[in-house]
Amino acid sequence: MSSSTEWPLWEVFVRSRRGLSHTHAGSLHAPDAEMALRNARDLYTRRSEGVSIWVVPSAQVTASSPDEKDSFFEPAGDKPYRHPTFYEIPEGVKHL
Amino acid sequence: MTAVTADQTAQAGAGRPEGADEALEAAFDRAVAADERIEPRDWMPDAYRASLVRQMAQHAHSEIIGMQPEANWISRAPSLRRKAILMAKVQDEAGHGLYLYSAAETLGTGREELLDKLHAGRQRYSSIFNYPTLTWADVGAIGWLVDGAAITNQVPLCRCSYGPYARAMVRICKEESFHQRQGYELLLTLSRGTPAQHEMAQDAVNRWWWPSLMMFGPPDDASAHSAQSMAWKIKRHSNDELRQRFVDICVPQAEALGLTLPDPDLRWNEERGQHDFGAIDWQEFQEVLKGNGPCNEQRLTQRRRAHEEGSWVRDAAVAYAEKHTAVRNGEATA
Repeated sequence: MSSSTEWPLWEVFVRSRRGLSHTHAGSLHAPDAEMALRNARDLYTRRSEGVSIWVVPSAQVTASSPDEKDSFFEPAGDKPYRHPTFYEIPEGVKHL
Repeated sequence: MTAVTADQTAQAGAGRPEGADEALEAAFDRAVAADERIEPRDWMPDAYRASLVRQMAQHAHSEIIGMQPEANWISRAPSLRRKAILMAKVQDEAGHGLYLYSAAETLGTGREELLDKLHAGRQRYSSIFNYPTLTWADVGAIGWLVDGAAITNQVPLCRCSYGPYARAMVRICKEESFHQRQGYELLLTLSRGTPAQHEMAQDAVNRWWWPSLMMFGPPDDASAHSAQSMAWKIKRHSNDELRQRFVDICVPQAEALGLTLPDPDLRWNEERGQHDFGAIDWQEFQEVLKGNGPCNEQRLTQRRRAHEEGSWVRDAAVAYAEKHTAVRNGEATA
């Protein structure tokens, strides 16, 4: 009936306006990059939600594993001194 | 399968020794209880996954089947303005279907598989779309009542425990608001028009009111999936609760339209602070669900035909992509 190969999946990133980063909007199927861009335009920017679109083959994304999320992000957990609120400054001292 | 979506074999907890499941389930329960979102690669109970796929598939199918009753009127819209609006709305419904199919895909169930099941009659879509659109006013009644009921159902889904579903619903709800308002405005125009136009608007409301109330699903005590879905925070309010909310919203809106709702038992209940309304014909609901509604056969036949007749386009796109990839690779090695 139809082709046996399902179109690959693409992740879509949209820049909503100049000055902002591209943000993940969702995903879609398309046979190639050019069609993925066109489909992304029709699917994710029907109401002028974007001025620029990136499409990336989903298979090309490498993600951290939820299995190791604790150990993976653990190094940052015990370093509160990386935040400005860690430091006590005498009252009245300005511009710090 | 991909790294970011639903590789079930690579998801958290795969290949763990037995007994570790309980710890995973406890972590899942804690996340749900704390109102955290469950994301695609998190461990989740099989029944939660299955329940989500069932609901999201039904939802996605409803969006694309829902294009049919309205598309019926695109070529007969009374003005260019109305035609442009209706085309935009029908295109939105296709978009909503796609958001939901890709959200379902994050659970490891591909779009083709879901479409096959729809075409084989193994998965359902909302019964409302098995009613015919007999007049132009039906386009208005669908926007006001059917999309209105859908919004009432869908706004709480924006806080659903499954992240991708909740995110798809945020986008959908924003767009549905236009659907509802264009329908309301359409009905208002007819209602304030000639006596014949007013009558057409009233007739459409008469026919769509009860099926719209059925969209919230069976009463709570007869709803098969409700209790579990609420415990998992997929659902946030019961069917009857949402139905009541919808009735209370619609009554003043109908008054402003100058139209009546076809229910002699509909009246304000001072004590409850809500409207009482008449009994719903659940027999009719069950019949339509079983496939005996006015348009079940027509809708599914049309869907299958559209899919089959579109296959050459899909094939051509693949052939084009393959050819150009080959050309590019040839150039690279030349």
